[in-house]
Amino acid sequence: MSVSDVTLRSELGRIASLQSFGTVDGPGIRYVVFMQGCPLRCACCHNPETWSFDGGEEKTAGEVFDTLLRYRSYFGREGGVTVSGGEPLMQAAFVRALFALCRDEGIHTCLDTSGCSLNAQIEELLDVTDLVLLDLKYASEAQYQRYVGCALSAPLAFLDRLEARGIPAWIRQVLIRGKNDSEQDLKQSAQLLDGRSNIQRIELLPFRRLCLEKYKNLGIDFPFAEIDDTTEEEIARAYTFFER
Amino acid sequence: MEMKQWEGFLGNTWKNEINVRDFIAQNYSEYLGDEGFLADATPRTNELRARLDALLKLERDLGGVLDIDTTTVSSLTSYQPGYIDREKELIVGLQTNRPLKRGVNPFGGIRMARQACEAHGYRLSDKIEDEFKFRTTHNDGVFRIYSEEMRAARKSHLITGLPDAYGRGRIIGDYRRVALYGIDRLIAEKKKDKKALGCDAYGVESMRASEELFQQITFLGYLKEMAAMYGYDISEPAKNAREAIQWTYFAYLGAIKEQNGAAMSLGRVSTFFDIYIERDIRLGILDEAGAQELFDDFMMKLRMARHLRTPEYQELFGGDPMWITEAVGGMALDGRSLVTKSSYRILHTLYTLGHSPEPNLTILYSQALPENFKRYCAKVSVETDSIQYENDDLMRPLYGDDYAIACCVSAMKVGKQMQFFGARCNLPKLFLLALNGGYDTTSGVSVGPSMPVMEGETLDYDAVMSRLNVYMEWLAKLYVNTMNAIHYMHDKYAYEKTQMALHDTTVERFMAFGVAGLSVIVDSLSAVRYAKVAPKRDEKGYIVGFETEGEFPTYGNDDDRVDSMAVELTHRMITELRKTKTYREAIHTLSVLTITSNVMYGKHTGETPDGRAAGAPFAPGANPMHNREKNGALSSLNSVAKISYDDCRDGISNTFSIVPSALGKTDSERIDNLVSMLDGYFGRGAHHLNVNVLNRETLMKAYENPEDYPNLTIRVSGYAVNFHKLSREQQREVIERTFHERI
Repeated sequence: MSVSDVTLRSELGRIASLQSFGTVDGPGIRYVVFMQGCPLRCACCHNPETWSFDGGEEKTAGEVFDTLLRYRSYFGREGGVTVSGGEPLMQAAFVRALFALCRDEGIHTCLDTSGCSLNAQIEELLDVTDLVLLDLKYASEAQYQRYVGCALSAPLAFLDRLEARGIPAWIRQVLIRGKNDSEQDLKQSAQLLDGRSNIQRIELLPFRRLCLEKYKNLGIDFPFAEIDDTTEEEIARAYTFFER
Repeated sequence: MEMKQWEGFLGNTWKNEINVRDFIAQNYSEYLGDEGFLADATPRTNELRARLDALLKLERDLGGVLDIDTTTVSSLTSYQPGYIDREKELIVGLQTNRPLKRGVNPFGGIRMARQACEAHGYRLSDKIEDEFKFRTTHNDGVFRIYSEEMRAARKSHLITGLPDAYGRGRIIGDYRRVALYGIDRLIAEKKKDKKALGCDAYGVESMRASEELFQQITFLGYLKEMAAMYGYDISEPAKNAREAIQWTYFAYLGAIKEQNGAAMSLGRVSTFFDIYIERDIRLGILDEAGAQELFDDFMMKLRMARHLRTPEYQELFGGDPMWITEAVGGMALDGRSLVTKSSYRILHTLYTLGHSPEPNLTILYSQALPENFKRYCAKVSVETDSIQYENDDLMRPLYGDDYAIACCVSAMKVGKQMQFFGARCNLPKLFLLALNGGYDTTSGVSVGPSMPVMEGETLDYDAVMSRLNVYMEWLAKLYVNTMNAIHYMHDKYAYEKTQMALHDTTVERFMAFGVAGLSVIVDSLSAVRYAKVAPKRDEKGYIVGFETEGEFPTYGNDDDRVDSMAVELTHRMITELRKTKTYREAIHTLSVLTITSNVMYGKHTGETPDGRAAGAPFAPGANPMHNREKNGALSSLNSVAKISYDDCRDGISNTFSIVPSALGKTDSERIDNLVSMLDGYFGRGAHHLNVNVLNRETLMKAYENPEDYPNLTIRVSGYAVNFHKLSREQQREVIERTFHERI
């Protein structure tokens, strides 16, 4: 083991949970690391237990890496590791260390993020990132302010940066009835993404109230408690706006 | 030797000796393409299927048994020919004279036959009762020599499901031999073997062998007679694909008329048939639709195979299974795969005829299988839940490239190896028995070494382990001896004449032991080791419950601290079993497999320190206990993959259920992900995987309204069943089980 490996391995991160069989966060079978802590308070979030920066469990990048190596035989041609959250950008040094270790072993690295931040440390993380799943939540500044807690310009700047660096991205948007699924909303979203060369895929995900119980248990108010689940038909209709 | 029916076939070795493997190796054509060539069911098939479906519905409506012939003892020639629709059938032959009518087979035990009739509202005829009054059945024989201890172990449910009142099964005749060689050649070879025996010293072994050969030869003759009743002369080899399938089916049919073994598996026939089909297609006498028809017709016959069982039997082996296991795919020793177009055709019957638990289609999975075939299998899994996978890369080095699977997970070389089936022992009960010093609190039976009840406020791991070892040593010896008694008597009173005639005269034998409740005992031991377990005692001082305090790692989370206990325990078990000599020098093997008996075993077992309540079901086979996994599906697979196949040569069964949305977003992704998962799991040296892709809600609906889901097929430990055929208890247990569903 080289000195740099030792340094990478000792990087500490706060982990909310580990999932050995992820099939919906990136291509193929993914080992998914959910980071603890998020600066945003998205009204549609289904993992409110990962918000706090105090929870979770502290682990070194080396520990997490050794564990995920046990699942390598399942990755096939497409799979690999996905780091989600929480917001992985808040622990960029840890994620970078983990990804660097994976890169050395030829394991595909995927970052699932809101794109709410960009700095030198995050640039270093992007050096070792193969694919970014970028959550675009709304298409208007007002909604971003109201339902997310950051500016729309942040994910757009992040996306610009990915394009400039030639890092492929999958755009994901949770479709919420009456919040971001009007014709105007969808047209606006499509426009924001139009012409970007690095976008490989756009995924529209249905809003689900499944997490209601979690909110109750945590004693947090779920702002979208009254909104119905998005139907398959609504998803299919929304996709038509993104056809290119 | 040359036969005109062999024209166009290559090779010589198989002509000069009975050697189906060589015939296949010399003649099959590997297929690397996809399923695009497959043909739909023909109108003829659809008409025949409609009749069969109507009969199956009637059988369901009548509570599961359509009819019983209570006056005839089942054998090869004891029934007149039967048909579904004589004009339309391409492949003929039924077990009795009418479709789905069950025969009576009292050779295993007359009491069982009587009870089975009564359970379905019939009465065994006086004629049969009289006939068997002066006849020793296998069951009579076994109980003449069971020791008191054996009876106690049986009564307390420490060892259960033993084949001492029904046929042992798990023997696969090489039914293909009849098609390739014809009966006359097979008789001639057996006569040669018999003649050779007389030349040596006539000791007990050779005298027994000589009598067995006499019986084999006689029954080959009956097989010929049985076929003649249907208008076929099978003395010579089959001359085309239809005859090859028909001859093979007659051989199988003869076996299930003679024997009511628990598992009556088929072997590995599809690639063998493919050689005949390819030849017929080359000759222009068969097309793709015709080839599919032959498979469809054959499969319809297999789907109709039935045995008459008692309710107690159904409790162990739910869903009326026959385990007509057919091994599909796998690799040849020369590096090609054994995948042919007929590997696709046989799987395609799940579409031409609809989903079905039988025959038990088993994919011999290798990393090196053609990608197209892997994807097709995964597609079939996702869409039908009707197939299972076993690791060819693990088995091929041991059994070569012409082995098959008996029952669920028991590998054996076709026609060269057989096994003595031995059900399983209950490990959690053994654990409780050890704590209570040889007293089973559930049944009130004292059995095993007598010791004081384990003392102390909390259980000490080392003390528990040293005790458990004493009891395991005792159980292993008793278990081997019990099996010896059973199989000695089975050979004596219910020898498998037809099936053994389709084996080499010198066969290698396995004696297959099994364990139930692996995850329960392992998690219990983990609790004792890593948490604080305080025993609760009854007024007599026996331990009847536990207070478990603190965290402990559980099996199914890829945590070596506890998974290693599963590995060590199975290793210890087989090591102990090997210390006692087996009947006929059989090789000791061990399985981690429960069928549906995990429910019954649990019912008869008290509370355990892992948090399982008294009477609650065990996890099936080698599965981790449900709701104890923290890190998702692959962690659970990794835990099971650690159990050594070297220690558990009779198979390590794992049933995996996942909701479609958790397997992937689109059908194509689900297929890709399932292939990656299988590659990953088997790449880690795992042995077996049952795959179910379905929603728990579907099962709940089927539980509430069984009549709406007559064809809902699900995989359980090593086989598949129609969900509606399980008992309510078994259904609930299946619903309770882990469905991997994280999104």
